[in-house]
Amino acid sequence: MSRNDLQGSLDLLVLKTLSQMGELHGYGIVLHIQRASDELLSVEEGSLYPALHRMEQSGWIRSEWKVTETNREARYYRLTGAGHKELLKAEKSFERLVKGIRAVLRYA
Amino acid sequence: MSILCRIVNSFHRSKVEQEIDRELKSHLEMRIADNVAAGMSAAEARRDALIRFGNRSLIREAVTAADAQLTFDELWHEVRYAVRQLRRSPTFTTTALITLIVGIGTNVIVFSVLNALLLRPLDVPEPTGLYNVVHQTLGYDNQSYPDFVDFQTKNSTFTDMAAYRLQDAGLTAGNAAYKCWYYRVSGNYFDMLGVQPAYGRVFHATDERGPNSAPYIVLSHGLWVSDFDSDPRIIGTTVHINKHPFTVIGIAPSGFHGTDVFIWPDFWMPMVDSPDDEGAGFLSNRAMHNIWILGKLKPGVSPPQAAENLNTIARELARQYPATDDDLSARLVKPGLMGDMFGDPARSFLGGIMVLALLVLLAACANLASLFAARTADRSRELAIRLAIGSSRWHVLRQLLAEAVLISLLGGVLGTIFSAALLGSLTRWQPFPEFPIHVALSPDATVYFVALLLSVGSGILWGLVPMRQVWTTDSMQIMKSSAAGTMVFRRFALRDLLLFIQITLCTLLVTSSFVALRGMQRSLRAPLGFQPQSVVLAQTDLHMGGYSDNSSTRIQNRMLQEVSGIPSVTAVGIINETPLGTGGSSTRVYRLGTTDFRSSNSAFGAKYFSISPGYLKAAGTHLLTGRDFTWYDDANTPKVAIINDSFARAMFGKTSALGLRFVMADKVSYEIVGVVENGKYDSLTESPWAAMFFPLGQNPDSDTSLVVRSQLSPGEIVPELRQVLTEIDPSLPFTFHSWPDALAFVLFPARVATATLGVMGFLAAMLAVTGVFGIAMYSVSKRIKEFGIRVALGAQPVQLMRSALSRPLTLLLCGSAAGLLLGAIASKLLAQIVYQATSRDPLVFGAVIATMAILGLLATWIPAHRVLRTQPAGLLREE
Repeated sequence: MSRNDLQGSLDLLVLKTLSQMGELHGYGIVLHIQRASDELLSVEEGSLYPALHRMEQSGWIRSEWKVTETNREARYYRLTGAGHKELLKAEKSFERLVKGIRAVLRYA
Repeated sequence: MSILCRIVNSFHRSKVEQEIDRELKSHLEMRIADNVAAGMSAAEARRDALIRFGNRSLIREAVTAADAQLTFDELWHEVRYAVRQLRRSPTFTTTALITLIVGIGTNVIVFSVLNALLLRPLDVPEPTGLYNVVHQTLGYDNQSYPDFVDFQTKNSTFTDMAAYRLQDAGLTAGNAAYKCWYYRVSGNYFDMLGVQPAYGRVFHATDERGPNSAPYIVLSHGLWVSDFDSDPRIIGTTVHINKHPFTVIGIAPSGFHGTDVFIWPDFWMPMVDSPDDEGAGFLSNRAMHNIWILGKLKPGVSPPQAAENLNTIARELARQYPATDDDLSARLVKPGLMGDMFGDPARSFLGGIMVLALLVLLAACANLASLFAARTADRSRELAIRLAIGSSRWHVLRQLLAEAVLISLLGGVLGTIFSAALLGSLTRWQPFPEFPIHVALSPDATVYFVALLLSVGSGILWGLVPMRQVWTTDSMQIMKSSAAGTMVFRRFALRDLLLFIQITLCTLLVTSSFVALRGMQRSLRAPLGFQPQSVVLAQTDLHMGGYSDNSSTRIQNRMLQEVSGIPSVTAVGIINETPLGTGGSSTRVYRLGTTDFRSSNSAFGAKYFSISPGYLKAAGTHLLTGRDFTWYDDANTPKVAIINDSFARAMFGKTSALGLRFVMADKVSYEIVGVVENGKYDSLTESPWAAMFFPLGQNPDSDTSLVVRSQLSPGEIVPELRQVLTEIDPSLPFTFHSWPDALAFVLFPARVATATLGVMGFLAAMLAVTGVFGIAMYSVSKRIKEFGIRVALGAQPVQLMRSALSRPLTLLLCGSAAGLLLGAIASKLLAQIVYQATSRDPLVFGAVIATMAILGLLATWIPAHRVLRTQPAGLLREE
């Protein structure tokens, strides 16, 4: 699997998280991914931010500074229309990837 | 983020960065708070948060990199850092700057000349689609007027075609007389070029109604300002040109100087009018090739299509007029170089010089590359620290590149400023005061663009050299060892190669300049077929005094008598155009018995001159056999000719030519009465070719060059000559030169080539000295401690010298050998410009070797000195 595919899966995880949770800050996204995957997936937390920034540049997400429930400042991200479309695409290509890998594993 | 947002962001770099920091900080704080809530101690919670987060500065870099627009800002940051670095090492910066100023400046100058002569379109309002129509045979660029008219009327690919020719004449307005150069042009000339007059009007195609129907002239803006005080009342008045009346109808706009790049004529005259008795004959004579054709292509037509179109017409004309148009053909060339007369020499010469200039720049880059690599090695600790604290290798490399490009740009700017100043003075320079030649060389947008390209390109070229160094830096290793000693010698291979290349290029340039110098020296001593020393030329065109060709002979005879009466004059003669002068014509000759005079039936082409009795003696041309002309060889006696040795051999082989005959295209046969030695007629580099001389009595010509041989210096004899000639006819304008001075024109290309090559060779030599010096000095300074220990252990000076200098000296030797070899190959190209350029000359060979040896000595003197002065005690105490 190339580096791009890994990056692609991080994008997918972030987009999916935002589509389920609505609005979330970076830390929240990390927590959600860990929790939802039963602690199976744990990303180096910092590596999320370049991805978030890139997705914001591509117009898939939008950000806004807000105050958390614990009264801290955090940057909240939410999906845009383009982000929804991108999510569908990413999901489809991930399905294909998984199917392919499964087929290979079965064969072996 | 919208584009606008990004652009705004690039101005608020710090704000964006702060926001990223704020976001990362908020993430860490939330993680710490959660950790504490989960029961960790404060310190533990913080540590865990940081570990989970990863390398913070790397991530910040990655986040900023994601913002494409911010790269721009990053660049600014890097430039500022580079400026700081460069200011910290002024020696390196100064050396690099000077090297670059020289390297880039040279290129800007050469390219400006190339641009002005070959690339820039004609300086007319509508330059697109303009081409000169010349013959396919190289160097055969003039057309006949009837052929022009056929091309103009029968073609389907040109919007219009104009004809023009350059001539000189005497212009008299009121009491003042000027010697002028002017264009005789077809009536549609101004309209085709889209030139509007500054005042008055220009003439049009409709003004032409047959020979001498339009006695008008349009003055150039320059002449109007300098000689007519910018007085618009001149329009409508009558001036005299060669004593024929012409009406001034308008003033050309100030920027317009005709259709040749480097000619600035004084006025324009319709082609159908003529101020001399050559008359309008050429307008109907297909055999007289004396005009240039300029055509404007129809939109969408390519030059090859147009050439094909014209060639079809040419083939048709060849069928129709086999005697004159037998070999008519058409080729389209970029306009502005007098047909294409200067096209080929200019292209090959300037192309060659451009290559040499690029080689100088390449040598400069090689020089800087090795300097820069050494500098990077010295900074390896700094680089290692930056890598260790989280800077990416790409970032470090970009930093180094920024330094290189920055300094190259600065060097480029300064180099361009210097060359612009130099080009300004070159523009004002008029190498030949008697010709209206000057070239506007001031740099334009293209030149600036090329300068920028060269600066950035060379910056990248030498800035990328330490790339491997950065890539392979092992930060741990370097931080552990105290000095960067290990790096220095590992990097030697690359720097050695660079120095080798540099020395090779330098030797090549030095060899070329010596070859050119030597060729120049030879060409000054080559047998010319005449002896120019202690001869003064007095030149005029009798047309300017209102004489016709036929009435010229009488006054020429009188001039000879009067001048030979001057006591110090030992010999005097007249020739229409001096050999190696600016003109001279050639024509085809035929063997006796030829009946079909188409040019393919001719024996060969030969130069021809008209001379007076006594010319051969005055010029110092040896008569091999036969007799000189006398004044009895005139219209009433059989036609005679004197030929040169080449002519005799080509037509008659070993048989004595005396008394034999040949025929010219006018079907007249000439009896050979004398044979003279071969000479140079057009250029010093030409191979011997046939020439023939006719008596002025049978072949009158108004062009008059008095060849006066005297015992006095030119300064002493000219006033006497002037007085004698003025007494004969005060209205005749004469120009006086010593004959060696008059040869300056023909020596000009070789002189320019020699000077240019000399300068390039000198520059390359300087670069080689600094290159060898730099590398020797550097390796000595790095190993000075080693030398100290060796001295302490009893090493002899010779042993130290060997280990310190053997490498640079070996490189010098190999590089010189390679350069000499390349120089030998290059001088074959040089031979086209410089007479008898050959590198097989032992003198050239010796001079190159001596130069390189001196350069080597110069460059290694100081490093060697330093090695010998090594004080072991002092060095060992230092640590």
